[in-house]
Amino acid sequence: MRKVYTRPRLLKRVPFHYCPGCGHSIIHRVMCELIDEMDLHDRIIGIPPPGCSVFAYHYFDVDMAESAHGRGAAVATGIKRAFPEAIVFTYQGDGDLAAIGTAETIHAANRGEGITAIFINNAVYGMTGGQMAPTTLSDQVTTTTPYGRDVNIEGYPIRMSEIVALVRGAVYIERTAVNSPANIRKTKKAIRKALQAQIDDLGFSLVEILSPCPTNWRMTPLESWQWIDKVMTREFPLGVIKDITGKTDAD
Amino acid sequence: MAKVLMNGNSTIGEAAIRAGCQCYFGYPITPQNELTEYMAAHLGRKKGCSFIQAESEIAAINMVYGASLVGARAMTSSSSPGISLKQEGISYLAACELPAVIVNMSRGGPGLGSISASQSDYFQATRGGGHGDYRTIVLAPSSGQELADLTHRAFDLADKYQIPVIILGDGMLGQMMEPVEFKHEAPEELPIRSNALRGAKGRPSRIIKTFTSKPTELEEINWSLFRRYQLIKKEETAFETFLVEDAKLIVVAFGIAARIAKGAIKNARTNGLKVGMLRPITLWPFPSEKVKGLAKRTRHFLVFEMSMGQMIEDVQLALEGKGEVSFYGRPGGVIPTPSEVFRAVSRLYHQKGLESAK
Repeated sequence: MRKVYTRPRLLKRVPFHYCPGCGHSIIHRVMCELIDEMDLHDRIIGIPPPGCSVFAYHYFDVDMAESAHGRGAAVATGIKRAFPEAIVFTYQGDGDLAAIGTAETIHAANRGEGITAIFINNAVYGMTGGQMAPTTLSDQVTTTTPYGRDVNIEGYPIRMSEIVALVRGAVYIERTAVNSPANIRKTKKAIRKALQAQIDDLGFSLVEILSPCPTNWRMTPLESWQWIDKVMTREFPLGVIKDITGKTDAD
Repeated sequence: MAKVLMNGNSTIGEAAIRAGCQCYFGYPITPQNELTEYMAAHLGRKKGCSFIQAESEIAAINMVYGASLVGARAMTSSSSPGISLKQEGISYLAACELPAVIVNMSRGGPGLGSISASQSDYFQATRGGGHGDYRTIVLAPSSGQELADLTHRAFDLADKYQIPVIILGDGMLGQMMEPVEFKHEAPEELPIRSNALRGAKGRPSRIIKTFTSKPTELEEINWSLFRRYQLIKKEETAFETFLVEDAKLIVVAFGIAARIAKGAIKNARTNGLKVGMLRPITLWPFPSEKVKGLAKRTRHFLVFEMSMGQMIEDVQLALEGKGEVSFYGRPGGVIPTPSEVFRAVSRLYHQKGLESAK
């Protein structure tokens, strides 16, 4: 019988702690496949953030170090400057990258640091129990916007990828989602391209991934997948936001 | 090598490069800018080295954290308000047992304060500063030469104990020009620390982290740190004594204040007052045993600091009530003169009736 799928070699044989329907496990799996396929295992270093995915280092079988909240891009900068042969990625949530770590992200991008940010946008602070994130949609109910996000009081959902795209050192930015097999394949393609930009020493790359958080959205996994399509992508449209890598798609 | 005339901030930069510092990440703040500028000019274009003027002090210390993760000798510097911002990163460095050198050319506080020299960051430097149960080695140079020597030592200590080391200077030391001899040549290449993250090539993958959902695991990390701190206390405590053998009054001062106090003590001796000095060189570990030992012969101690009195608490703790402790200090960036300190010394000497004491 032909083997069509197998567990990625670089995904440790440890059960995920993530909630059923969470996007992190899918993204972890995709990244582990890519690191293996692109033969980066022996020189890649990952920087997971505080938050649900702080335990990413229990699943990725590659070198990893924890970062302080929001400082991933600065830590990755230090790594890359001291050890330029490394391929460095940060794995950051929306609060991490687009609130507390805004300055680090924009300035690392502006310096054109050869690092790749994997930006998980689930519109809430997950691990702390579903508070408002900078990306929380208007009228979305969270534990700190119990009457729904009022843009006159709490401001607007921030389109961080579009902001980073304005910065000249950023060479590749795409927004994808992991709410369908087709979108998961597109996510994998985007991350491949982002890592390739780093390998080719072109500058800063970022992939924003709309990722379901059924627990904090108070939805079933299926409803959360549908909500991404029906609601979230209207605020955060999918697709390539910036590509000055000068490369056409590899596949 | 012959002596060269340099300001203190540049001295630290040159000494750091000669200690094999590969990465410097900084952010402008007075009175330490000459150090950042020195590194921009002399480290930035050096092969295998990196200089970044970061977007903030927070970013700079986290870049240091990144560079240290992969085994580089890394340094950042700032002055008081900027050091406050670095505390988060210092706590992470301490927790992850990563070497790094952090320079604080301190200035008057609290708040934005003044740009003039002060010693009011003693608590912050010696009590951890950031969150959690940790220590950093704190070195307190008092001259241009010592800035060079202790900067070199800071990198060695950081590597030896896998710990962040703080050099606590001040704006005056940073700005002052003094002749300095650099005793070391920059190493050709330093060995890569065996526990560095360099990619899982030919070895199992490696994690550097502190977060755990099991409190007992974190407890064990804290115990392991504590055991190392005990070892550092035993091995690395450093101090200088000056004319303490027959002293009836001992001035305790560190850094630039000790330099000022020395002038006052020389004057006191000329006037027949038997005054000596203890100068802690490591503020943590504090030379408590030495203080206690001195109290066997001398009962009176005058702590002199350019603050409202912070190190005085360590002197009192060390004495365990066995001596009498007085204080003289000027806060806010005011730099007392040797004659002013001499007046404080002689006043206390006479108040306590020490001229007639045995």
